[in-house]
Amino acid sequence: MSSQPLQASNMEQLLEGIWKQNPVFVMALGMCPALAVTVSAFNALGMGLATTFVLICSCTLISMLRRFIPREVRIATYIVIIATFVTLVDYIIQAVSLALYEALGAFIQLIVVNCIILGRAEAHAAKNPPLSAMVNALGMGIGFTIGLFALGSVREILGAGKLFGLSLFGEHFQPWVVMVLPPGGFFVLGLWLLFFAWLAKRKEAQHGA
Amino acid sequence: MEHETLGQIFIITVLSSNFVLAMFLGLCPFLGVSGKLETAVPMGIATSFVMLVASLCSYALNELLTRFDLEFLRLIAYIAVIASAVQLVEMVMKKFSPALFRALGIYLPLITTNCAVLGVALFQTARGYDFGQSVAFSLGGGVGFSLALILMAGVRERLNLSNLPGVMHGTALSLMLAGLLSLAFMGFGGIGVAR
Repeated sequence: MSSQPLQASNMEQLLEGIWKQNPVFVMALGMCPALAVTVSAFNALGMGLATTFVLICSCTLISMLRRFIPREVRIATYIVIIATFVTLVDYIIQAVSLALYEALGAFIQLIVVNCIILGRAEAHAAKNPPLSAMVNALGMGIGFTIGLFALGSVREILGAGKLFGLSLFGEHFQPWVVMVLPPGGFFVLGLWLLFFAWLAKRKEAQHGA
Repeated sequence: MEHETLGQIFIITVLSSNFVLAMFLGLCPFLGVSGKLETAVPMGIATSFVMLVASLCSYALNELLTRFDLEFLRLIAYIAVIASAVQLVEMVMKKFSPALFRALGIYLPLITTNCAVLGVALFQTARGYDFGQSVAFSLGGGVGFSLALILMAGVRERLNLSNLPGVMHGTALSLMLAGLLSLAFMGFGGIGVAR
């Protein structure tokens, strides 16, 4: 049943998550981790990769089990599956990089309630074969990671004058501290959304003319 | 942490470490339901109630799991408890106020995936709060969440009447507003920050 791959449509699905339906910028999902952990590019990448891993694993598993899960308790089942993988990731990160683990703190466990994962499980994985679900999850995961990285790098550059911990501007740079504080997260994401809204509007105007 | 009184924990969680504006928990309902005051108020109350229940249950659960050396099950157990608490609130609300039930719509079951609720449970475990502290923390979290939601709804109701450039409408504007509110709440930083 999973041997109906249609190479082209798989590619399209992958790109859809990365660009057309980018979870952060277009659908505005999963904002809590997107804002809370993106004080530096490194944290943003770590969070993005962790979420991608959970997304791919749980969507593939849910898709494989989709015929056995009764409709009435499907949400609860999904959440238990997701929580299992999140617990795994939690321990993996703790073992691989203690610094990252301490920086992300409880937000690793909060991946469970990231609406992107449950949304993908319900909207896509529950209706499609494992391969398709995996590709879709991969696209969304990459899109989410790019979104986080775009936020994290801007905030780190403006708020600390660094990128990945390397100084960019020399010692006379006065860091714009508010950007790494909570309000900065809202402002930077708001600006990115404005930018994309403006792009979309311009494109529309060009097509109309 | 041990030197904080219950009152301090409460005030700090409401103001300087506000769940929404300082810790970025529960943003989805914050942006989704804050359009009108009539829905913001009941949503705040419902979420606060679920938070309190979740906090009490997860405190008990944590004690139990630690006793049997089952900490790795913590996350799954918490989520199951929260999901049932939400179901309970949903049934009560449907019975006593069907109009409200319809107004909140999809956002009511979504309290389950509200990170603020799971956040209460996880943070109180991570910070090692005892029973009283957990209650103060969850009450503070609920009040803080409702406060942010109501403030935001008030501002957005006014904004609907004002003249704005077309691109600004929607989520981008709400985020800018949230940024300004968050900036204002940072002014409370002097009373201490929960770490």
